[in-house]
Amino acid sequence: MTTYDQASWKDEDDDRHEPLLSEKANERVAIEDSPLPDDLTRDSLELPAPAEPALARHYTRLSQMNYGVESGPFPLGSCTMKYNPSFTEDIAARPEAAVHPDRPDRTVQGTLGLCHRLQDYLGRIGGMDAVTLQPPAGAAGEFTGIQIANAYHQHNGDDRSEVLIPDSAHGTNFATAAMAGYSVVELPSGDDGRVDIDALEAAISEETAALMLTNPNTLGLFERDIERIADIVHDAGGLLYYDGANLNALLGQARPGDMGFDVMHYNVHKTFATPHGGGGPGAGPVGVTEALAPFLPDPHVRQRNGEYEYYRPDHSIGKVHGYYGNWPVLVKAFAYITRLGDAGLADASAKAVLNANYLATQIPYEVPFGPFHHEFVASAGEQDAADVAKGMLDHGVHPPTTKWPETVDEALMTEPTEGESLRSLDQLAAAFEAVHDEDDGTLAAAPTRTAASRIDQVRAARSPRLSWQALDSDQ
Amino acid sequence: MSFDVPDDLRYLESHEWLRTESETTRIGITDFAQDELGDVVFVELPAAGDELTAGEAFGVVESIKAVSDIYAPVSGTVTAVNEALFDQPELINEDPFEEGWMLEAELADEGELDELLDADAYRDQIE
Repeated sequence: MTTYDQASWKDEDDDRHEPLLSEKANERVAIEDSPLPDDLTRDSLELPAPAEPALARHYTRLSQMNYGVESGPFPLGSCTMKYNPSFTEDIAARPEAAVHPDRPDRTVQGTLGLCHRLQDYLGRIGGMDAVTLQPPAGAAGEFTGIQIANAYHQHNGDDRSEVLIPDSAHGTNFATAAMAGYSVVELPSGDDGRVDIDALEAAISEETAALMLTNPNTLGLFERDIERIADIVHDAGGLLYYDGANLNALLGQARPGDMGFDVMHYNVHKTFATPHGGGGPGAGPVGVTEALAPFLPDPHVRQRNGEYEYYRPDHSIGKVHGYYGNWPVLVKAFAYITRLGDAGLADASAKAVLNANYLATQIPYEVPFGPFHHEFVASAGEQDAADVAKGMLDHGVHPPTTKWPETVDEALMTEPTEGESLRSLDQLAAAFEAVHDEDDGTLAAAPTRTAASRIDQVRAARSPRLSWQALDSDQ
Repeated sequence: MSFDVPDDLRYLESHEWLRTESETTRIGITDFAQDELGDVVFVELPAAGDELTAGEAFGVVESIKAVSDIYAPVSGTVTAVNEALFDQPELINEDPFEEGWMLEAELADEGELDELLDADAYRDQIE
């Protein structure tokens, strides 16, 4: 059993953690010769001016009071918090990867060639005929995918108003459909946690533009009836949309295209080890069947007469992002796929599935469904899932996703990923075990071994402070 | 756990309440609803002059646990909104039937009031 104490750097006088840089050492800098009008400029500006050692210590301390996948297990279900190997960062940081987006196509053949190969790799992984790399995030990919479906129907003179979504789906599915102007029809799950075929048949109609599905679903369960589901949707003239959130279970094992999906997005930050962002740039490529390819966003990369070039597909939905998409992210995904290769990707998925199923057998909580793919959903039972999560922090692991999906009471949605060893899976199981045996009072007070204890979520939401100036004022 | 269900109000199954007084009709969400939602952090309401349609969503209430639509118990026109909620959404938790009111409205059809639950029927529903 691992014991854990997080570093804490707290000022006894004001009970605050590591002070802001601006509170450490400042320097007033004079502003001279500004080209801006006088009424827009200041004579001087106070800026933080710590010496380099103080600066290094500041950021090191902040990182010590944080917890990430480089600290320990991070089984945040549905998020696929796999370790991002650093070689992908090295490759994306190479000078050759820094290309000005206005350069003519013929001078950036290497860049376009990489895009073309990545389109091809992703297409083969998903069983899709064409892939766009343009969307800048998973949710943007979803929106792009549904726009493509919409454009396809419109092009065929087929006006459809509804998108079907299972009740266990990711919230982004509902938001995507609504933003694209569709009415959302929610499908109740069956008793086995999967799509209820009767409910689907009752809901499907000539108004159905698409059914949005992830497979394996959010409970980590494979939709065994996927071929029948695809037939039902296609017979009604609808399209089948694949949410790539859980693709990490399928690499080299099964392909959405082969299951009958018409359009899908890839979450490269989940499946292909690019950074999870935190608001930074991401990428959400979208794959489609041949019938939908003419509707892909502009521009798309193709190879013609031995040269790579950008072009606008015939019935393109238009621009969804500037230039090449979020290029450095795409380089990292490309590097990861290339390094692992076919066998490595298949092995990653196999291990992700093995790890989830092993861990599901090792924890004291009830796990209502199974066997699973890459993740499982346990129930905290009589305990509050949020308290379980806080309690686990005291054992040096990150907790699972809690209270979602709502189809399981007090859900603990757990996804260890392929990166965890047997030893760290056992550490996770021990943390579950310890928290399971804890009394409610102790759990309600947890965590006590972390730098910060419970965050005041209500105050954070009611009076958010979104810049350092806000921290200074209104204490 | 027992919840406050004032006898003089009318209720909707989706946990909104309605109080008719001589000149105005006030609308809000119930004690049970605020307890289910947990700490409310944000409220989105229509503006005075907007139309309400019975059974349709007129606003959104967001807590740290969930985001929920708020449904109009009756049809009519909004005459006032409780602007205090924009700065103090916690009033909905602290005093859902008084300080935490959301809208005042002019009814389009008083007959719609008969469709609503009385306090006993609503009590039965939440027990």
